Amino acid sequence: MLTAILSGFIFSIFLVFAGKFFKGKLAVLSSLVPLALFIYFLSFIPQVANGEVIRQSHEWVPSLGLNLDFALDGLSLLFSLLITGIGFLVFAYTAAYLKGHDYLDRFYGYLGMFMGAMLGLVLSDNLLSMFIFWELTSISSFFLIGFNNTSEASRKSAVLALAITGSGGFLLLAGALLLGGVAGTYSISEMVGLSDTIIQSEYYVWIVILIFGAAFTKSAQFPFHFWLPGAMKAPTPVSTYLHSATMVKAGIYLLLRFTPVLGGEDIWNTTLITVGGITMFYAAVHTLFRTDLKGVLAYSTISVLGILVFLIGLGTQYALTAAAVYIIVHALYKATLFLVTGIIDHETGTRDVTRLAGLRKVMLPVAIAGFLAALSSAGMPPFVGFVGKDLVYESTLQMGSWSVVLTAVAIATNILVLYAGFVAGIKPFTGKLPEGFSKVHLPGFLMWLPPVILAVLGLIVGIFPSFIDGPLVKPVVDAVGMDGSAVQLKLWHGFNLVLGLSALTLAVGFLLYFFFKPSKNKERKIARYDFMAPITLITGFGDSFTRFSNWWTRIFQNGFLRNYVSTIILFLVVLVGYSLFTDHDGIPIDFSSFSRMTYYEMIIMGIMFLAIIFVVGARSRLTAVVAMGVVGYAICLMFVIYSAPDLAMTQFSIDTLTVILFVLVLSSLPKYLSISDYKMKAIDGVLSISFGILITLVALEVLGEPVDKEISNYYADNAYILAKGKNVVNVILVDFRGVDTFMEIAVLTIAAIGVFSLLKLRLRRDDRELKD
Amino acid sequence: MKTLILRTASNYMLPLLLVFSVFILLRGHYLPGGGFVGGLIASIAFVLHAFANGLGDTRKLLKFHPGFLMPAGLSVAFLSGISPIIFTGEPLMTGIWYPDSLPIVGNLGSALFFDIGVYLVVLGVTLTIIFSISESA
Repeated sequence: MLTAILSGFIFSIFLVFAGKFFKGKLAVLSSLVPLALFIYFLSFIPQVANGEVIRQSHEWVPSLGLNLDFALDGLSLLFSLLITGIGFLVFAYTAAYLKGHDYLDRFYGYLGMFMGAMLGLVLSDNLLSMFIFWELTSISSFFLIGFNNTSEASRKSAVLALAITGSGGFLLLAGALLLGGVAGTYSISEMVGLSDTIIQSEYYVWIVILIFGAAFTKSAQFPFHFWLPGAMKAPTPVSTYLHSATMVKAGIYLLLRFTPVLGGEDIWNTTLITVGGITMFYAAVHTLFRTDLKGVLAYSTISVLGILVFLIGLGTQYALTAAAVYIIVHALYKATLFLVTGIIDHETGTRDVTRLAGLRKVMLPVAIAGFLAALSSAGMPPFVGFVGKDLVYESTLQMGSWSVVLTAVAIATNILVLYAGFVAGIKPFTGKLPEGFSKVHLPGFLMWLPPVILAVLGLIVGIFPSFIDGPLVKPVVDAVGMDGSAVQLKLWHGFNLVLGLSALTLAVGFLLYFFFKPSKNKERKIARYDFMAPITLITGFGDSFTRFSNWWTRIFQNGFLRNYVSTIILFLVVLVGYSLFTDHDGIPIDFSSFSRMTYYEMIIMGIMFLAIIFVVGARSRLTAVVAMGVVGYAICLMFVIYSAPDLAMTQFSIDTLTVILFVLVLSSLPKYLSISDYKMKAIDGVLSISFGILITLVALEVLGEPVDKEISNYYADNAYILAKGKNVVNVILVDFRGVDTFMEIAVLTIAAIGVFSLLKLRLRRDDRELKD
Repeated sequence: MKTLILRTASNYMLPLLLVFSVFILLRGHYLPGGGFVGGLIASIAFVLHAFANGLGDTRKLLKFHPGFLMPAGLSVAFLSGISPIIFTGEPLMTGIWYPDSLPIVGNLGSALFFDIGVYLVVLGVTLTIIFSISESA
């Protein structure tokens, strides 16, 4: 199983080297990878249908509890088949769709990476590795949305999608850690057994909120749905694969996976029903106001995702069965519609539904696929969509006192989904063919065959629902903690209320389609409400956050060296001063241990003091620099008096060089300005004096502390014995702590290279400007 | 600052100061001194020369960019650090000593070469910084 997951990644890496060969006619061969995986996963159907769970475990980072544990149960198998099956068709389709594209190899690389990540996500039994694959899907989605990287809109959508799904990933990690902490394990299958402990824990609500945050962002639930229409900037194969059939269902997968662990509580069900209900209806209404085919499909996808969340929220055995069936239904018809839209776009160059008509005359097989998919999305018998819709109504009708409201919402949504399906699958093909499209022709079979296969599958499964109920749906229902043995899908339930509701849906839907025509006018009308749409609010929040950070940064990073220095010193004074005065009762300074000041010390102090007054009162830089130098030399004298000749020598040389450096740059500095008024000077004075006092106090206190002399004694005792040196300071530098010294000279070198390159590069640029 | 006195003096000062810096470097193991101070003194010698005669003259005198002293010094220090691994199989930075003693330098050992490396790096760093700044100023 690990090989199966890794094969996507290996394929991507392989393309880095062999990409050239896959750009031309061989491109279609890349679809063999998902095909092989599809067959591999098909072979597990009998075992999984018998209720077996196939497990594999590989240790990765055992110390973090992070292992590559994989488990293949009904739910994972359903998703794996979707990922590899639709993946196979999309890979083949892409070979024709992006034929001759410069970066076709790169595209396949991203697709392969996505496929691997998605498989890893649905097969992981370890919550942490699941999180890693979850993030990988977000990242590959980012690359695929931004595939047309020369278009600004595409880059923006890619960033938006990454921001939303990425923050969802962050929530998932937080939720996973909490969950792991409460359960004491990261294994999801072990968590199922610990469900009661988790639900009773005080963190239960937080875990649910975090998991919901992850699922809602990934599966585009209101109010995080807006990244999905933006993601339609990606090439159509991507929209088909990631943003309709698989990746956006990762959130659904997460919710289904955690239903047996976290489900059954009020907060779980109510939230899901509310959010799912709002999403499915809100997005379905939006489809009425779109004229871009992919826009219509994007909103109807969001709506279906809403239905799925809603069904998981209902949480009954019927509802979960309905969810499982609906995932299959939706994957079959929505992928078809997307592929059909891609063909239309590819051949006519437009996706504007108000301009498209009559295409059945020029591309009949595509029209058939579109018709079949539209009818399936409408829930016409005998399509699989009908089976799915019936199950939805049956589950809403069971909900007791709320059943009327829930059923009504479900019916309204289904009517609108029907409308969206018809607009995308039927409208472009009916009516009179416009003049401009008479030369449009059918694309190669690589493009039209995949949607036809999917659409026909939708019909076959509808007529023979037993193809999916035993092998696929039943194990899914088992996997989400319900009794799957009662599941039996039927096309015909006899005359009952559900059938009546279905008929009502179809009738109203047909009427809506015939009387309500999409138009640019309507699109403009809804655009007036954009100011209160979640996308405006959230991007607005993002923008104001950026502005706030800019403002905040500018306060501190204002480019004035003097402000930096005073900020740093102020902070030090406050922090160190605070701890100094609160940690002790008073300051323990032992005045009796002080030695008497000698007259030469007094003279040096006097020189220093005078020099400082000169620095502060200087009217030119040179005076200030020289006076600073005097302070430095006075300190050297102090070192000499306290018998530290090494320090004194070094200090002396450093001071000399500093003064020289100053003198060198003086001429290129602007004229000496007195920028501070008296108030500023007073503040600076107080600040520097308090800093001086603080350092003195700290130094005195350090003297008062008992000193552990073991290390310095060791150095002093062993300098000659071990290192044959009498100058202990030097022996420490070149021998005892030689590695430190080596690092220091390396740092010095880096600093010099920094100075050199900064100044030289600046010079060159000036030169270039002069030449221009 | 191209005074005749300073220029004449600097011509004599440069070799004297350089010899002094090497002296400081060599005696470092026994008396105050060492590679760091030695390097600083040597760079002061060159800077003084540059002050008196102009940067161009000093550059001509040096013949190569002082920046090259940095990798050279780092390599010397590094080689002296790993020499015990190569020669005696002892761990990194273990001192290796030549048995006989020399005047001023005292015992000859790997630590001295390490210090020479420090000397070269410090000289290279200081001169590179000062030259770059004074060229762009």
